[in-house]
Amino acid sequence: MKRTLPLIIVFGCGTFMLVTFFIPIKWVQNAAQTLQTWYLGVIAFFVFVGVLNLVRLNVEKIRKQRRDWQYSIILLGFLFIMMAAGFIGGPDGGLFQYLFRNFQIPLSATMFSLLAFFVASAAFRAFRARNAEATLLLVAAVLVMIGRVPVGYWIWHGFPDLVEWLMKVPNIAAKRGIIFGIDLGLISMALRVILGIERSYLGGGKE
Amino acid sequence: MLLILLLLVKGIDINAFDTPNDDGSSITITWKTDEMAGSFEILRSSDTEQGFQTICEVDAGDSEYLDTAIQTGKQYFYKVKARSVDKEIVSDAVGPVKSKASIFNTDRLNVLAGIMVLFASIIFYLIVARKGKKLYIRKIPALTAMEEAIGRATEMGKPVLYVPGIGDIDDPQTIASMSILSNVAEKTAEYGTPLYVPTCRAMAMSMAQQVVKESATRVGNPGWFNADNIRYLTDDQFGYVSGVDGVMLREMPATNFYLGTFYAESLILAETGHSTGAIQIAGTAMPDQLPFFVAACDYTLLGEELYAASAYLSQEPVQLGSLKGQDLGKLIFIFVIVIGVITRLFGTEFFYNLFTVVH
Repeated sequence: MKRTLPLIIVFGCGTFMLVTFFIPIKWVQNAAQTLQTWYLGVIAFFVFVGVLNLVRLNVEKIRKQRRDWQYSIILLGFLFIMMAAGFIGGPDGGLFQYLFRNFQIPLSATMFSLLAFFVASAAFRAFRARNAEATLLLVAAVLVMIGRVPVGYWIWHGFPDLVEWLMKVPNIAAKRGIIFGIDLGLISMALRVILGIERSYLGGGKE
Repeated sequence: MLLILLLLVKGIDINAFDTPNDDGSSITITWKTDEMAGSFEILRSSDTEQGFQTICEVDAGDSEYLDTAIQTGKQYFYKVKARSVDKEIVSDAVGPVKSKASIFNTDRLNVLAGIMVLFASIIFYLIVARKGKKLYIRKIPALTAMEEAIGRATEMGKPVLYVPGIGDIDDPQTIASMSILSNVAEKTAEYGTPLYVPTCRAMAMSMAQQVVKESATRVGNPGWFNADNIRYLTDDQFGYVSGVDGVMLREMPATNFYLGTFYAESLILAETGHSTGAIQIAGTAMPDQLPFFVAACDYTLLGEELYAASAYLSQEPVQLGSLKGQDLGKLIFIFVIVIGVITRLFGTEFFYNLFTVVH
């Protein structure tokens, strides 16, 4: 029963949501909308589960003075300050917005900016001409890089057009092939889940 | 513009009808006129004897209006008034028109046909698999390398890190990732290797805990399961990246799995993992992130392989049958695409129109 009930729910909800794609009748659409709203409700509940998990693990870390336990104090401190600022002034309140703009955004931007360096280091490894495919990749990448900067146009007026062709024809063709496979794989997996063939996301195993 | 406005309007052909394939909540009004007007007004009445009221004004270039402010089943009459600077011309009234809910959206018939073809091919191979016929599935190097990668971590006495992406459990990639996690957890539990699963969504954490716990129980090592190793970090994208990078640098896992939905964080994670010397296996159905994983990881599951992974790893005949069915479906669709290309090259639109975009 522990496994059968979730499978019945998955089959019922999955089939119903699939059917609603083809049936425009209002009550059917409303029912589908209601199901999605329930999901939002479940998400809201799980925010508390997540915060509880975060607090429990970090309090334990501080209590047992595990390695780098000092960082947990900072984490919990800011977690509660942000929560308090949100509860007192609301999400548009001055303190919450101040903390968001002056702490969270710069920290996120810092992490994001690392990407520039990582692109360079990954490209350095990927663009080594070890075999024919890697050489092709290297040549295409060099052409695209040159064609996308003004000096490329200065070297040869045809570079930007060549790059446009590379991006719009071979690149898009390969991408569409991948997307086509992804979509079919997705439908196929959805059918496996709805039919109960795929059940490892429930912990796997047999009945 | 002034010239356009000064043009006289000759006459208007109006048509109003129940919008097809909707829930009965709209009526479509279309009109045609030989001359250009400055603007058009749409007039509506439920009883012609009580006169018409203007319900909206549309630009001169428009020739269609969707009236959604109606009651389903009630009858309406419509007129269109064309206006220029010095003249107005009103069409004849059309109606009565009643809106009615469609039972089936015929615009999506081609999607249904596509799903049925795929469904039929999967069922066909399921039956074949159940009869005991051995099915050949091509080797997927990333999946073949999984056991070896976990074995490496075990030999080195280091943990395994599994990153299920930043999607929630309504994301099919996260579901696929959880299915693969089940297999990874089985192996790590069997070898007694620590497994860390930091998640970006609380619901994904809960699901991952359940999946890992059941896997450990299944291989007879329930004591290995440690719920604290499957933890929620944050919903914030770059906060999550920062947290996972921290786990990599502190715990120095020997094997990293990145399987699920990834956006800009893909390369940050993969490059940090590479710097720690870990063997890395990635997989995502985000086409824009695949090149980053290919460049920075040892093995990558490309798009559909992510969805196929669980079935492949299970090696259960029924699951493999569903994969084979998917391949047959793909072959049929490729055949249809080739026919579409050929018929269009010969100027025939009929076949192409069967697959027009779904509204």
